[in-house]
Amino acid sequence: MTGAATAAPPAPSPAPPSLRELSLVFLSIGVQSFGGGLSAWVRREVVQRRGWLEEQAFLSGLALCQITPGPNAVNLAVFVGATLRGRAGAFAALAGMLIVPIGIVLALGAAFATLRDTSWLGSMMTGIGAAAIGLNFATALRMTRKGVRTPGAALIVLAAAISVGLADVSLPLALLVLVPASLAFAVWRR
Amino acid sequence: MTASLVKLALLFAGLSLLAIGGANSVVPEMQRVSVNVEHWMTGREFLDFFAISRMAPGPGSLIVTLIGEKVAGPLGAAVATVAMFGPSCLLVYLAARLWHRARDATWRQTAERGLAPVAVGLVFASALALTRGTETSWLAYGVTGAATLALAASELHPLIVLAAGGVAGILLHL
Repeated sequence: MTGAATAAPPAPSPAPPSLRELSLVFLSIGVQSFGGGLSAWVRREVVQRRGWLEEQAFLSGLALCQITPGPNAVNLAVFVGATLRGRAGAFAALAGMLIVPIGIVLALGAAFATLRDTSWLGSMMTGIGAAAIGLNFATALRMTRKGVRTPGAALIVLAAAISVGLADVSLPLALLVLVPASLAFAVWRR
Repeated sequence: MTASLVKLALLFAGLSLLAIGGANSVVPEMQRVSVNVEHWMTGREFLDFFAISRMAPGPGSLIVTLIGEKVAGPLGAAVATVAMFGPSCLLVYLAARLWHRARDATWRQTAERGLAPVAVGLVFASALALTRGTETSWLAYGVTGAATLALAASELHPLIVLAAGGVAGILLHL
């Protein structure tokens, strides 16, 4: 937790959002998330702006979504929806997040043959992609500030980042070591 | 037609459950089957699909929608999408229910504290891996660094930063 740059998040709202709100929020995430980085968008909307989930509940859910197979961001929509509003919530979040991007992907697929040779478009997309990676880094930094409180936890963050991100250790192998190690730290510090 | 729909469904339902760590981990297998085994498309087309699904908003895993559309039209797109997301979503839904039911249990609070740093570390890792996989110039690193700073230190809306990244990309010929 550091200084003034981070506005205090709103207190977790007592009433869960309506299905309509839930699907609209995930719709807006689906529309805005150019270049990827969906987990960052989900955290921004669900934790930071609306306080529907607390940081640690969100992060542990994100870890569950990373551990279970399947696209992380899609898993995360299901997890958040199910946590807030059960089965209907899971469907609302999932459908909200996918419906517009599916349309866009299909439209781009039809137009891509002609777009491919437009060089400034490629440059623009590379630039957006580079900024989207920055969104991932910034979100990870914010998560560290809010959700990592002990030296042991910081060590786990570092180990995961380096082994998977830089040393190309396969994810299942890294999880097999890091998850038990991190849980052991948590039990030990209880 | 029906045969290709069944093939799509089996391929992506299987990959859905193998995609530990996200859809990126099974893209090479998608490529192998679509291009080399089934000859649904050329390697170039596959790379185009990959690029489209990365640049469009939403999850990159929507590459399966494009593959399905190419193989069997709109029905193929629907079958591939449902097959890719259905099994893993069901699994994570069951996990979420279990997690929710244990919300007052002490083991869950301990597990939350233990899982959080793994999640954070993996977000760093995916950003690092993306940087290494997609960026080759110092200019691109610079755009990523500037975006990181802007988004970590201010409350700027991410869309503004993404737009600035797009403009920088055009001006710098990224």
